[in-house]
This record gives sequence, C-alpha cells and structure tokens, in this order.
Amino acid sequence: MLSASKKKFLIMNYQKLHIYTVTELTREIKGLLEENFPELWVEGEVSNLRTPSSGHIYFDLKDKESLIHIAFFKPLAVYIPFKLTDGLQVLLYGNIGLYERRGEYQIIAKRIEPKGLGALQLAFEQLKKRLEAEGLFAQEHKRPIPFLIQHLAIVTSPTGAAIRDILKVIDRRNPQMEILINPVLVQGKEAAAQIAEAIEELNKMGGFDAIILTRGGGSLEDLWSFNEEIVARSIYFSEIPIISAVGHEIDWTIADFTADLRAPTPSAAAELCSIQREEILERIENLSRQLFSHIKNRVNFLKDYLKTLSERYGLQQPKELIRQFSQRIDELLFRIENAAQHQFSRIKEKLRNLSSQLNNLSPLAILERGYSVTHSCPEKMIIKDVKKVKKGDLVMTKLWKGSLLSKVIETTDKNKEMHPRINTNEH
Amino acid sequence: MKEMKFKDALAKLEKLVEELEGQELSLEDSLKKFEEGISLVRFCSKKLEETEKKIEILTKEGSKRDRKPFNLEIND
Repeated sequence: MLSASKKKFLIMNYQKLHIYTVTELTREIKGLLEENFPELWVEGEVSNLRTPSSGHIYFDLKDKESLIHIAFFKPLAVYIPFKLTDGLQVLLYGNIGLYERRGEYQIIAKRIEPKGLGALQLAFEQLKKRLEAEGLFAQEHKRPIPFLIQHLAIVTSPTGAAIRDILKVIDRRNPQMEILINPVLVQGKEAAAQIAEAIEELNKMGGFDAIILTRGGGSLEDLWSFNEEIVARSIYFSEIPIISAVGHEIDWTIADFTADLRAPTPSAAAELCSIQREEILERIENLSRQLFSHIKNRVNFLKDYLKTLSERYGLQQPKELIRQFSQRIDELLFRIENAAQHQFSRIKEKLRNLSSQLNNLSPLAILERGYSVTHSCPEKMIIKDVKKVKKGDLVMTKLWKGSLLSKVIETTDKNKEMHPRINTNEH
Repeated sequence: MKEMKFKDALAKLEKLVEELEGQELSLEDSLKKFEEGISLVRFCSKKLEETEKKIEILTKEGSKRDRKPFNLEIND
C-alpha cells in the first residue's frame, strides 16, 4: 500500500513530466540509435526475404535467439554480387535506422557478403554466370599464347611452391629466358586488388610475351581472391596473354575461365610457356643440314651430267677441264659445308657462277662457241695428233650443227697457219 | 613491316625444305629456296640467342618500382 504522501509525490511528478507525441518520441529514439550505433558489421542468417518491384530488398537477419529487420535500398541492392535466398549465412554492413511509421528499428544495409563454404560456392556460380553472360570468357577474346616466349612475367607469391615449380621446369626446358616476378599476396583480403594491380602494372611496363598468374593448391577460401571480379576484369583487359594455374587440377577459378589459357598446375603452365630449347635447336640444325645436302646433291647431279655428256660424245679434250672443274665443285661443296652463317650470300654467288660454268663447259656448249671435234673415218678415233692422219684420209668433223666429211689435202706438225691453196687445175 | 614470328619462320623453313626435296626445281629456283631457307635458319637461330637467363623480382616501395635478381630459396 502506498502512503498518502507517496501518492501525492507521484501525481505531482507526472504532472511535471513532458508528454511526448508518438512522433516526437520516435524521433528521439531514432536519434539515440543512430548516434550510438554508427556503421557496423553484423552476421546472421537471411530469412523472410522480400523483393518487391520497387527494387528495394527487405529481409530479416536472425540467429538462434534474435531477429533484426534489414532494408537494402535500390541503388546499392543492384550490386549484390550473389543471389540472396532464405537460409543463407551472410555478413552485412550498414547502420541502424528506425522506420518511424511502424516504430521498428532496422539496419540500412550497404554491403553484403556470403559467409561459409556453401555461400562462397554460390557466389562463385553467380559471378561466373554473370561474367560469362557479359562475354569475359568468350573464346574469340582469348589471345594466342606465343610459341616462343623469351620475356615472361609471373604474378604470384615469391615464397610459394608455385614459383619454385615453375622456375624448375623453365630451367630444364629453356633456361635462356628473361623472367620478372611481380610479387603479390595470393590470399586474404588484399590479394585480389594486388593481383589486379600487378597485371595492370605489367601491361603498362610492356615487353612481355606472356604472363603466368599462379598459386599453389588450397581450400576454396584460400583460392578466393582468384574468384573476384576485379581479378577477372584485369585479366580480360590485359594486352599480354595470360596463362593461369590456380590451385590443383580440379580447381577452376573465375581467373582460369577468363585467362587466355588455363594450365592444370604451375608446372604445366611453365611447360606451356617454354620451348624445349634443345629439341628446337636440333630441328633447326636438321633443316639447315637438309638445305645444304640438297644443294650438294644438285651440284653432284650436274657433275654427273657433265661426265655423261663428255663420255657420250667421246670428247677427250675437255677431260682436263672437267677434272679442274670437278675440283672446283669439290672445293665449293667443302665451302658450303663449312660456311659460316654470315657468308651465305657469297656462296649463292659462287653457286650461280658454278651453274653458268657448267653450262659453258658442257661439250655441246664448246661446240656452240665454234670449236669442233674431228675423228678418223671409219674408226671414229678422235684426232689429236696430225701424225695420225695422212694426205688423202677421210675425216669426220662434228660441228655445233651437223657434221662434215672431208679429205685431208695437206698436213703440218707445226703450229703455223696453213694457207690453203686451191688448185684450179683439178678442174 | 611486321616482325616475323618464330613459329611462322620455322614452319616456313620446314615447308621450304619439303618443297626442295619433293619437287623437280630448276637450279635457279633451288638456289633461291636454298638462300631463303638459310636466311630463315639464321633468323631462327638468332632469335633463340636474343635472351640470356635472367630471373628478377619487382621490388615495391610505395609507388617506387625496382628490379633485383631473384634467388630462389629451395628448402627441400
């Protein structure tokens, strides 16, 4: 029971108190809430999701004990990187507000991120779908990886297993490469931004035949930076072809889909980026050898041809010339084989001369120049010595065109010129 | 003029050798192909010698960038 004096005191106090309107009170509570809870992160499960045609998104965030209303207003709601569904665990960023009409406090959300493995998987699928629709993975946008890469950039952690594997493979296949490592964090909050920046930076620097973007194996969360949009866009906009090798063979990241070529492992990326130097050198050497041997065969063929010709016509006289000429051919072949790489044009000139010499030296060509060859009749012995014929013998002379049958009128063993005297008396 | 690619040069060289061996060519054509082939051999060999082994790491201090030799610490 209250005493009379106490009753009186309470009544007086009530009379002294300010009487709020509902609006006034609501505004005051709102002020207190907003002052005391600036922007904050909160985690919970999505429930009672509503997406009216206005484009705003409303849902409740709850845990086992409590529930709080969430409002995600339109301009920001559009950028949610994944599709919200009831039951999803999320991390939410925003500030406390109060919806005056209903006297309800709520969080005005600014950012939302999926939480937990299922949510990551979901975010991955949704980003993949969106970027694919945008054309970031389009085959026609992919740049070809050059066959010969001599200037290589590698975006990765300088201390990871990936860089070690890559350098080992390159050292085995083609050590003569210029490699620049652009070191980045490959996991954690800053990794994605660093990776994107590194790719842009290498493009600005220029001079690289290709970039390897790589990281060793890890959990989906470890590899998450390679699933971020900023990384995908930097890969897409890179002028330099990018080979990605993220995680193990079974892991496919958004970076892998966007890259010009995806390698299953860092070692495989290194193989795709390096020629087998020894093998290629050997191939070039063989081709070079084939070139020389072909030309050598051509010369030999001409040599044989010359021999055949000289035999067919039974010409004895040019034998010395042929011998000399063969020697010259041999000398030439020797030179071709030993040719330093710088003297190819001279060799070509030599070969040109050789071919014209071959032409000049063919017995037919000798006849063409006005020489003729004479043999006895009917024995067909080539006459090289005047003593082998006597006055009155019949001789056959082969000319460039046609032959002559003649009777010897006079012989002389001197190299003096003879003046044929025509005996008019014979008529 | 666009710089010839190594792969194209090698393919051209291979085709050329094939042509030389597979066809009856005049001496003059053979010489032409020989000369072309040799210049491709030279191009390819030269290209392969253009770079030396060099492994560097980009160092970053603020916006300052530098390169220094990269030494791999192999711990296995």
